Amino acid sequence: MTDSSATGDNPVVDMRGITVEFSGVKALADVDFRLFPGEVHALMGENGAGKSTLIKALTGVHRPTAGTILLKDEPVEFTAPGQARNAGISTVYQEVNLCPNLSVAENILLGHEPRRLGAIDGRAMRARATELMARIGLSIDPASVLSSHSIAVQQLVAITRALVVDACVLVLDEPTSSLDSDEVEELFRIVRVLRDEGVAILFVSHFLDQVYEIADRMTVLRNGTLVGEYLPENLDRMALVSAMLGREAGILDEVERRSEERAPGSAPVLVAQGLGRTGAIEPFDLEIHEGEVVGLAGLLGSGRTELARLLSGADRADTGTLMVDGETIRSRGPRSLIAKGVAFCSEDRKAEGVVEDLSVRANLILATQAARGWARPVARRTAEAMVAEYIERLDIRPADPDALMGNLSGGNQQKVLLARWLVTRPRLLILDEPTRGIDVGAKAQIQKVVAELAAEGMAVLFISAELEEVVRVSDRVVVLRDRHKVAELSGAGISVNSVMSAIAENAHNGVAVAS
Amino acid sequence: MIRGRLLWPLIALAGLIVLNVVFTPSFLELRIQDGHLYGSLVDILRNGAPTLLIAVGMTLVIATRGIDLSVGAVAAIAGAIGCTWIADGGDAPTAVLLALSVCILLGLWNGFLVSVLGIQPIIATLVLMTAGRGGAMLLTEGQIVTISNPTYRQIGAGFVILPIAILISLAVLLAVALLTRRTALGMLIEAVGVNPEASRLAGVRSRTITWTVYVFAALCAGVAGLMISSNVSAADANNAGLWIEMDAILAVVIGGTSLAGGRYSLTGTLVGALVIQTLTTTVYTIGVPTNITLLFKAVVVITVCLLQSPRVARAVSGRRKSPTLAPRSQKVAAG
Ligand SMILES: Nc1ncnc2c1ncn2[C@@H]1O[C@H](COP(=O)(O)OP(=O)(O)OP(=O)(O)O)[C@@H](O)[C@H]1O
Ligand SMILES: [Mg+2]
Repeated sequence: MTDSSATGDNPVVDMRGITVEFSGVKALADVDFRLFPGEVHALMGENGAGKSTLIKALTGVHRPTAGTILLKDEPVEFTAPGQARNAGISTVYQEVNLCPNLSVAENILLGHEPRRLGAIDGRAMRARATELMARIGLSIDPASVLSSHSIAVQQLVAITRALVVDACVLVLDEPTSSLDSDEVEELFRIVRVLRDEGVAILFVSHFLDQVYEIADRMTVLRNGTLVGEYLPENLDRMALVSAMLGREAGILDEVERRSEERAPGSAPVLVAQGLGRTGAIEPFDLEIHEGEVVGLAGLLGSGRTELARLLSGADRADTGTLMVDGETIRSRGPRSLIAKGVAFCSEDRKAEGVVEDLSVRANLILATQAARGWARPVARRTAEAMVAEYIERLDIRPADPDALMGNLSGGNQQKVLLARWLVTRPRLLILDEPTRGIDVGAKAQIQKVVAELAAEGMAVLFISAELEEVVRVSDRVVVLRDRHKVAELSGAGISVNSVMSAIAENAHNGVAVAS
Repeated sequence: MIRGRLLWPLIALAGLIVLNVVFTPSFLELRIQDGHLYGSLVDILRNGAPTLLIAVGMTLVIATRGIDLSVGAVAAIAGAIGCTWIADGGDAPTAVLLALSVCILLGLWNGFLVSVLGIQPIIATLVLMTAGRGGAMLLTEGQIVTISNPTYRQIGAGFVILPIAILISLAVLLAVALLTRRTALGMLIEAVGVNPEASRLAGVRSRTITWTVYVFAALCAGVAGLMISSNVSAADANNAGLWIEMDAILAVVIGGTSLAGGRYSLTGTLVGALVIQTLTTTVYTIGVPTNITLLFKAVVVITVCLLQSPRVARAVSGRRKSPTLAPRSQKVAAG
């Protein structure tokens, strides 16, 4: 299977003229795509361009209305999800779809459980899972329940699951969207190993750096149509972005640091004193002022999300006090904080964000409606106006308020969730990985919106695994490590390097203490 | 989407009616006597009123991703309280009030177990399903309590042109439809049903909403229990409302509301309840042997449900249509 000479120069996957329609609307029109053994092939395009749809057409989740798919020169037509996997196509879908209630080991080896005398051999299973996880540098307890881990770890578990079978094709749909640079490096290391073994790898990412680092070939989609197939050396960044957008990439001048122009108000919106929760985050102090963007940096598992969840009332603190606008909050859940104007946009959009079966409109006004109570529905016209405004402002596609949320592409869902909170005009907006899965154009757009809102006096807590982004938007950066707040950088002291060294310096201390 | 799904239940309903007409040509006949409407169709409506009412409550419970198995037992308790109170010399209005108050308490109990303690709805309501009939037995001391109270009798057997029972059920259906669709309640209920955690984080009072729907379901069950006991002027703790939870759940499902929660359709529930009741009647009119009546019902129900399934629909209509996947089936396919 890893013998590339058997296939020679023929593509291992050859998709021709693929068309996929949803209720008569073409999500993909006549797209050709080839994947060669031993290459990393990046599939590029804006949010909603059709990348995930093309992948699902390949794996049989969606059935194309036209076109043929050749796998090793044989026409194939998968109708059930297991079939593609059995044929050697291992896929990590964009939305982690594992079983949250099962253990990590069970999730990884589901359907491939080691057996002894017919029964599942629990010990062998955990051992095998540990061994597979080690391949991508993940060391967590294989017996722990999946849902107890952060979305980033879950993503790594999903990737591990894809390594169980010796696949000839590995599909990774935005595998790095919530990973830190270290995990990305680990992932790329194994991707290169697999590539050198002759595995064909389909890779989707909105991080151009990553794409140029790993991709041997790129295919660009736009609006469900094929723009072209390119070699990275023949297509520079600007050209790539223009190919994706279909126009000159003018809007890409990203938000430059603008804390100078912003004069954060003196009134603290939120004050946390000794706030903490056992097992989640050690007690910390934090103040966030009006018109200030505070970034939160730290490695995977350093407690970023946990901190945000305490501030937003998603989890209850067991020590310390929390004050919003000078008033002490005795949190009984998110409602009490939402009432005080604290909004929290979770990183886990599938489990904690989207309401799949409802319309985009309902999803967008959900928080507003919840705050008003059931008896005072948002007037239809007001709702339409809100929805129309944000569909336009964040460029949500399709621009149809009645579209089902679950049918939107990942990036577009993310934009709707952001809009859900923006329409509530919060005092403090806590954004946990707000640009996860968002394309380059929209990312700049979102950063700009955040900056504008801060300029209007809103306080923002901005969490992202992407340091550049944190540094770019923040007036102050709080660094976490091992569930402790270890540093606070502000003003001119903020740079990717200083934040990195704040994380690393402390990491060294940690090692020194440990050894 | 739901509208399309009602196609098959409506066809089933029409089919059942045709079947009845073939066996009893007078089936569709209606006559007015003493200002009352009489006929087989009216009987179906009257007998189906309790099921419809319970199904309305069940629809909301199911929309929140729950289920209430205790409604039959609650109906039995309501009937038992109403009848024993009257048998002991009490008046009808107090009997009704008393019975419904107890039902509200029972609903609060179910809601507490589900929304506060977080017990799985199927288990939580199973407690009352089994214990409830025991309670009703205690009230009636194991006897069938018969009464004769003309006022009480109106609830289940009275007429204002149409049977009062069906008027009550339809009124409740209409009221719930207006209450949930004219306000934001319906949307919030659906949001809680589709994604409880996302709803909680968005500030939806998921707990209160969940709690309330169980109380409402119990209240509906209580009124249904009064209808049943009033219709026969007796409380039978063992048999009143027996298996009615199953009929109600089937009515909801046939109506296109998914057991996985979320989007619900009250119109669908109305059609579903009519299908179920007509089916029950059909079993008698066409003389299906009693030992296979349940089997007969099951076959019809499963056929309707199968035809509604997008996957089967696709297989039936061949591959001609484009693969439009409903979101739920897509999740299954991807999972
Ligand atoms: N099940 C579905 N029903 C209807 N429309 C769908 C469905 N799935 C996807 N679409 C539509 O198809 C288009 C392509 O979506 P797709 O998920 O492939 O985008 P993508 O390129 O992966 O975007 P992203 O970068 O945001 O993940 C979108 O307009 C989306 O709304
Ligand atoms: Mg996608």
